[in-house]
Amino acid sequence: MTDATSTPGSATPRAHKATSLLTVDERTRRRNASEGRFKTYGIVAIAIALFFLVVLVVAILRSGLPAFTATVADVEITITQEEFDAAEGELFKTKAYEQLFIGKLQRQLSENGMQVEFDAAAIERIMGKVGGDIREFYRANPAQLGEPVSFQLSASSRVDGYFKGRVTREALQDSRFLQLSDLDLVDALEEAGIIRQSFNWTFIQGADSGVDNPGGAGIGASVVGSFFMMLVVLFLSLPIGVAASIYLEEFAPQNRWTDMIEVNISNLAAVPSIVFGILGLAVFIQFMHLPQSAPLVGGLVLTLMTLPTIIISTRASLKAVPPSIRDAALGVGASKMQAVFHHVLPLAMPGILTGTIIGLAQALGETAPLLLIGMVGFVARGYPDGIVSGFVDPNSAMPAQIYTWAARADAAFYEKAWGGIIILLLFLMTMNFIAIVLRRRFERRW
Amino acid sequence: MSIMKLTASAVAIAAVSATAAAARDQVQVAGSSTVLPYASIVAELFGENTDYPTPVVESGGSSAGLKRFCEGVGENTIDVANASRAIREKEVAACADNGVTDIIEVRIGYDGIVFASQQSGPAFTAFEPTDIFNAIGAQVLVDGEIVDNPYNTWAEFNSELPDTEIAMFIPGTKHGTREVFEEKVLLIGCEETGAMQAMIDGGMSEDDAEDACLDVRQDGKSVDIDGDYTETLARIDANTNGIGVFGLAFYENNTDKLKVATMSGVSPSTETIASGEYPVSRPLFFYVKKAHIGVIPGLKEYAQFFVADEIAGPGGPLSNYGLVADPELAETQNMVANEDTMTSGM
Repeated sequence: MTDATSTPGSATPRAHKATSLLTVDERTRRRNASEGRFKTYGIVAIAIALFFLVVLVVAILRSGLPAFTATVADVEITITQEEFDAAEGELFKTKAYEQLFIGKLQRQLSENGMQVEFDAAAIERIMGKVGGDIREFYRANPAQLGEPVSFQLSASSRVDGYFKGRVTREALQDSRFLQLSDLDLVDALEEAGIIRQSFNWTFIQGADSGVDNPGGAGIGASVVGSFFMMLVVLFLSLPIGVAASIYLEEFAPQNRWTDMIEVNISNLAAVPSIVFGILGLAVFIQFMHLPQSAPLVGGLVLTLMTLPTIIISTRASLKAVPPSIRDAALGVGASKMQAVFHHVLPLAMPGILTGTIIGLAQALGETAPLLLIGMVGFVARGYPDGIVSGFVDPNSAMPAQIYTWAARADAAFYEKAWGGIIILLLFLMTMNFIAIVLRRRFERRW
Repeated sequence: MSIMKLTASAVAIAAVSATAAAARDQVQVAGSSTVLPYASIVAELFGENTDYPTPVVESGGSSAGLKRFCEGVGENTIDVANASRAIREKEVAACADNGVTDIIEVRIGYDGIVFASQQSGPAFTAFEPTDIFNAIGAQVLVDGEIVDNPYNTWAEFNSELPDTEIAMFIPGTKHGTREVFEEKVLLIGCEETGAMQAMIDGGMSEDDAEDACLDVRQDGKSVDIDGDYTETLARIDANTNGIGVFGLAFYENNTDKLKVATMSGVSPSTETIASGEYPVSRPLFFYVKKAHIGVIPGLKEYAQFFVADEIAGPGGPLSNYGLVADPELAETQNMVANEDTMTSGM
């Protein structure tokens, strides 16, 4: 502290002998060291964050990538008109098709001289639920009846697990799902080129399936559900949010009312999302009688959730436009509205769009409000028939689908949940990327 | 802006006109997470095998499902409630208050509740209800005295069990499974250890003693799981000494990770549950709102499809997944066909 008390040019001798700036004295060294330490803390913090990010990404990819491959069997079978009619006469039609298929495959394998011993029950155990696919095909193509058709059908989830290393011979206990001897048949079928791994298009395109049929489950339908929800959110929250912020920022008088509205908008942004779900259930479904489990209602609920985010970011970007722009516009005779819409709004657009996309991305990943309006659970309607049914027919959403899969007993669904997370992350990354591009392209600096 | 306005109003108009036009065409189901897997299997098959759209099945627990079921009659309420326990009188009354008077009760089969631990963990292979009660009861009988549960390890009260820390993961109170667990394990254990008699001798009324028997210790050795069985499985995975309560079907799907313990000397399987030898099992139900039959397309057909021999009977997809088929399925089929409600059926 002697430095601080001594003034240059005073009569008292300086505590330190004046030295060159190039030699570092004790105090400077301490200050430099503390700066160095702070930099190290920062680097350590970033390193820890990066480490967790890498762990997360590796975990997601390792658990999720297997969902993108499936074990399938290529089988050519012929079903006659009589067999078709008989199967259609049953109550449990898909089971009848499955039995037909198993019988035909068994005969084929025996004729081809398969070395391994097996029976119909073994084929039933190693194949997935194939009846639905076969029935769907012949209902759509009745002309193919009586002709050989080659099908690509999914194997059971345990055989799939065997190919992916989830099920091992050592850990396998004989059960009605799979027996050790079945694996010999699987190996023989693989050698014969009948069973193989292929890219899992069903996972990309399909809808949810029953808990005993993981091979038929896909995320496609819920992607469509999410898409329709995001349409509702975009077309409601963007105009409403932007209009509200323009009025509050540019036109509204400063008084107690507008202050209260502003405070409450900020409060709304911090409300837990499940609260909007309860609100949605009470207002949209029970009072307005909108359909349950519909993306329209999901979109409305998420709109409520997204609005505060959009209003806050829009107001921030309107504020960031320099007053000189408004003044200049007003100065050359523009009306207040012309000044706002011709000059301020275009300049604020990059910020508004960024805020909107971030808000949409947040809404895209939201599950809690959907729990209460019936979009979480078993919703397997497949693709909607048209635009209107896309909004009002029951559908799930991506995060809801992932949540549902994660709770199922069969480990194959757990893998699909991780796969779903990869798809969801891809969408979120794309949206963030668009936000960055828009900001880069339209950003103006003063 | 004008384009934006146009599209926004177009969407709004489309939405409003669509909801005005579209009556609900799918069956809407909610309730027990134990019944959910079976209901989802049936829903998928119903969609594949009939011309009706696939029903929507939500989860949330038996009580929550029945509460929504009892909210009233109309398209914006659910048609079917799944439950892993029978509907309570209180709930029937709540239903009646809201105009839901005709309810069809459908029993779909039985579900076993099993006690399982990590495959490579300590040798928890045989339990008696008394063991479970001594492990997690709030108050137990020690040397003729009712005291706050003093046990830390299993071997302290049963030398045949491993000398490891007690850690049980039991279903939370919103699950129907909890009720069966209390009734068929805790209460029996309480009676068999003599704790119940000691409580009654100590001046408690029988009802109070029963309630006291069902109290679970709160010191962290017993953990309520409010989520699904996957949550219990994750807790067991993380705790070598953990014992979890699972449904039979869930256990059978995860035999590579879990090993099951016998209860009263009987190991759980669909056979021992069907024969009644394995003590901890309960019936599963769904409840149909009769007023919705004929209004919601496919509702009765769904109920009939669910209990058909091909589906819920032995060898069907449900029993293949782990449901224990109901020996009296034919009566249930008749009841659904005749639309017998709970009161008229009694």
